[in-house]
Amino acid sequence: MRYLPLTDIDRGAMLEKIGAPSVDALFDDVPSEHYLDGPVEGLALHASEMAVEKHMRRLSKQNVAAADAAFFCGAGAYRHHVPATVDHIIQRGEFLTAYTPYQPEIAQGTLQMLFEFQTQVARLYGCAVANASMYDGSTACWEAIVMAARLTKRHRILMSGGVHPHYVSVAQTMARFTPEHVDYDLPALDANPGDEALIARIDDETSCVVVQYPDIMGRIPDLQRIADAVHDKGALMIVVNTEPVALGALEAPGNLGADIVVGEGQSIGVGLQFGGPYLGLFAITNPKHVRQMPGRLCGETVDADGKRGFVLTLSTREQHIRREKATSNICTNSGLCALAFSVHMTLLGEKGLTALAAENHRLAILAADRLAKVPGVSVLNDTFFNEFTVVLDRETRPVVRDLAHNGVLAGVSLGRLFPGGDELENGLLVTVTETNTEDDIEALATALEEGLGAEEMA
Amino acid sequence: MNKMNQSGWKPGTPVAADDAAHHPTVTGNKALMLEERLIFELGTRETCGLDLPEPDTDAPSRLGKFARKQPIDLPGLSEPETVRHYTRLSRQNYAIDLGLFPLGSCTMKHNPRLNEKVARMPGFADVHPLQPVDTIKGALGVIDELSHWLIELTGMSAVAMSPKAGAHGELCGILCIRAALEARGDARKVVLVPESAHGTNPATAAFAGYEVEDIPAGKDGRVDLEALKARLGPDVAGVMITNPNTCGLFERDMKAISDAVHAAGGLVYCDGANFNAIMGRVRPGDLGVDAMHINLHKTFSTPHGGGGPGSGPVVLSAALAPFAPLPFITKDADSGEIHLIEEENVGDEFPGSFGRMTAFHGQMGMFTRALTYILSHGADGIRQASGDAVLNANYLLRSLDDVLDAPFGDAGHCMHEALFSDQGFAEGTSTLDLAKGLIDEGFHPMTMYFPLVVHGAMLVEPTETESKAALDQFTTAMRSLAERAKAGDETLKTAPHHAPRARLDEAQAARKPVLAWQGDKED
Repeated sequence: MRYLPLTDIDRGAMLEKIGAPSVDALFDDVPSEHYLDGPVEGLALHASEMAVEKHMRRLSKQNVAAADAAFFCGAGAYRHHVPATVDHIIQRGEFLTAYTPYQPEIAQGTLQMLFEFQTQVARLYGCAVANASMYDGSTACWEAIVMAARLTKRHRILMSGGVHPHYVSVAQTMARFTPEHVDYDLPALDANPGDEALIARIDDETSCVVVQYPDIMGRIPDLQRIADAVHDKGALMIVVNTEPVALGALEAPGNLGADIVVGEGQSIGVGLQFGGPYLGLFAITNPKHVRQMPGRLCGETVDADGKRGFVLTLSTREQHIRREKATSNICTNSGLCALAFSVHMTLLGEKGLTALAAENHRLAILAADRLAKVPGVSVLNDTFFNEFTVVLDRETRPVVRDLAHNGVLAGVSLGRLFPGGDELENGLLVTVTETNTEDDIEALATALEEGLGAEEMA
Repeated sequence: MNKMNQSGWKPGTPVAADDAAHHPTVTGNKALMLEERLIFELGTRETCGLDLPEPDTDAPSRLGKFARKQPIDLPGLSEPETVRHYTRLSRQNYAIDLGLFPLGSCTMKHNPRLNEKVARMPGFADVHPLQPVDTIKGALGVIDELSHWLIELTGMSAVAMSPKAGAHGELCGILCIRAALEARGDARKVVLVPESAHGTNPATAAFAGYEVEDIPAGKDGRVDLEALKARLGPDVAGVMITNPNTCGLFERDMKAISDAVHAAGGLVYCDGANFNAIMGRVRPGDLGVDAMHINLHKTFSTPHGGGGPGSGPVVLSAALAPFAPLPFITKDADSGEIHLIEEENVGDEFPGSFGRMTAFHGQMGMFTRALTYILSHGADGIRQASGDAVLNANYLLRSLDDVLDAPFGDAGHCMHEALFSDQGFAEGTSTLDLAKGLIDEGFHPMTMYFPLVVHGAMLVEPTETESKAALDQFTTAMRSLAERAKAGDETLKTAPHHAPRARLDEAQAARKPVLAWQGDKED
């Protein structure tokens, strides 16, 4: 077995040193009636690299890879080009096979990277402090809600209809078991993101208002206006961003009144991977709140010789020190995805991120204008970045399934995201990134024309 | 910026012969030990390491009035500078690839490269979580196959695959327990957790809205069954037990503990962080466990990545299976067809499911790696792996217990990790000093000061992927360090002396937190 270095001669010598007759004898604390005497049933014996690779390749071929289709899916997971450098760096064993940097003298590589990552995220979000990552956007969102409750001592959570429904679902799950209660209505199929209606629901009991920017239908809410109303009531403003590339074109949430900004960082450097592992981003605008933050934080210090160095810090917030009084139970986070994000962001820099955002926006406008010409299709949005909603003259789910059979992954149907959402069932969320060509856009438009036309005739 | 030369030595002046080995350099570098500045000190806002179309300033916009007005202030580096920056940083890290990494309860085993290759196949890496189900049959196939083996290896009824890491899995398991109790109208307030538990256990129970109480340990390092029984009652929702426990011992009374908890109306959570010791040999389901998370990034060899991503599927007993979170898969017994159950089709068939714990489907990139590992090892290899892990730990225990105090050395064989204390160290010399000395010897330190039940604890987990030669070299280093610690060797107190950094001032970092780069204000 290629991963096991011991030989039978080694095992014999080691057992002799231990004074045990066999490896099985080392398990003599296990009651004999519960000790398995043979291998797991049904599982084949060990297999070569070649054999296992063949099996896994066969499974992988049963999926349609995005690269093999005209691809327009988004809704919180985005297909962007990941530079070759990113994957090379994250496969260096010194990063890939390191542990959480609890021994800073021999983990400065990871620690300096995390310090750079925190700074990049804080600047991207317009915040003062960012942590060293969370699991993903949806769990970061819940952690932000709990943090807000700690700060405000209130428990009413107002979530905008524009927040990703999976993020809402995570919050609703957790709220079932905690003092928090989530106030949430489905979004309307409307060009207006509904800021006024949201503002009208803020009251003196509200702990925080959660707004997604851009929202799940691609619309851009007026953060500053909402934030002013939130702060008038003594509540906190949480902004969720699922597409960090958008912040190369849009004003940073931290500059528009957000108190806590959380999001999904997958777009930069991580890749689709069927939904995980992804990268939760978490940042705050008021540094005084840092001791209420969840997750690991990396800070600058000096060593005994006066050299600059980095350590994990403020760990008295964390579970390994504070146990049941910790700000979160999070331990392992998304270190390697944070590295991928940071490498990609370093390659981009401000200039590259701005250019990438501009290219996404340009192609999205091109697509929106083209789809608007398809009979039976209208574009919902007045504002959007690289993702917008089109409304079909019928339920979109069957259309999306049909188009998939013809090599067009047309987007995410709102009916799948909002089951039971009636009018939303005719909505289709279309995402366009730099990976799309004008030919892809034409393929989507043509497929929709044919698909909708054929249905009408039938 | 160069703060590396603080000796007062003037660049360009001759160096004394007897100081040659230690004299500073102009750059702060020492041959292959290379200093590296921050990207904020190296890059500029005008530099970009990628070729992207130049934006057209007159291009149409649909951003409304929300276009960015303030600069982001992000530096960029060219590709060669980027590769060099991160390569230089990487060389300041210790890693499994470099040597033995004996962190107790962390299972730092070799990360097979085939796993990495498989995870990068386009059919896994380049697939969107919300593609139509017809286009993701392979992904569902991976989830189904991995689920099957996790259930078989643990003897449980079902598995919730979506939790993102161990602590998230714990949360999932505890929420299942809470949902099951609430479904029978039996709200309970307290979760019992042993003092020796990992900090995530009490934090998780609290995060799920429970009060946490300690379970006392017996003198032999195991749960005190009688004390536990005495505490059980109608207010106790359940217990969280780590088995094998964090003293490196198998909880011999696990079945009796489970039976007692069940008899009192509670449920049993098992922390599966240490499953590597028993996989293929003991099935937690046979011991009465209701929920247990499995750290795929420990037992099933997916990389730790410098602190994640992990993956924490939770196996569930028949009592808890109906409460598993969305999404999950079901398999038609006759046709073999796999169905993805999520919000749109959950309907009335699964009324117990408490909803989502995360967006999408969990850590698919870890599922492919873990399945690759299981198939590579096979039934024989998995059993051999746990056997070798336990053999290696016992070999270390018996190679060191004459120079280091092993508090449970007389309690029988250990499982996959060996526990030592600081008893016998000279006054003023600590476990930390020994650990930092281990860095100078070229090893990563063991887990220190954990579990809390042992003074100055050193928890050593070699894993099965270490050779006897590597263990012997480690033992030689440890024996020397133990003797130095007992003798109160002063140089140990300032170790490490050969690492990229000397001991770092953690107190200053916490007192005046600098958590983002603030500009080069000091020069």
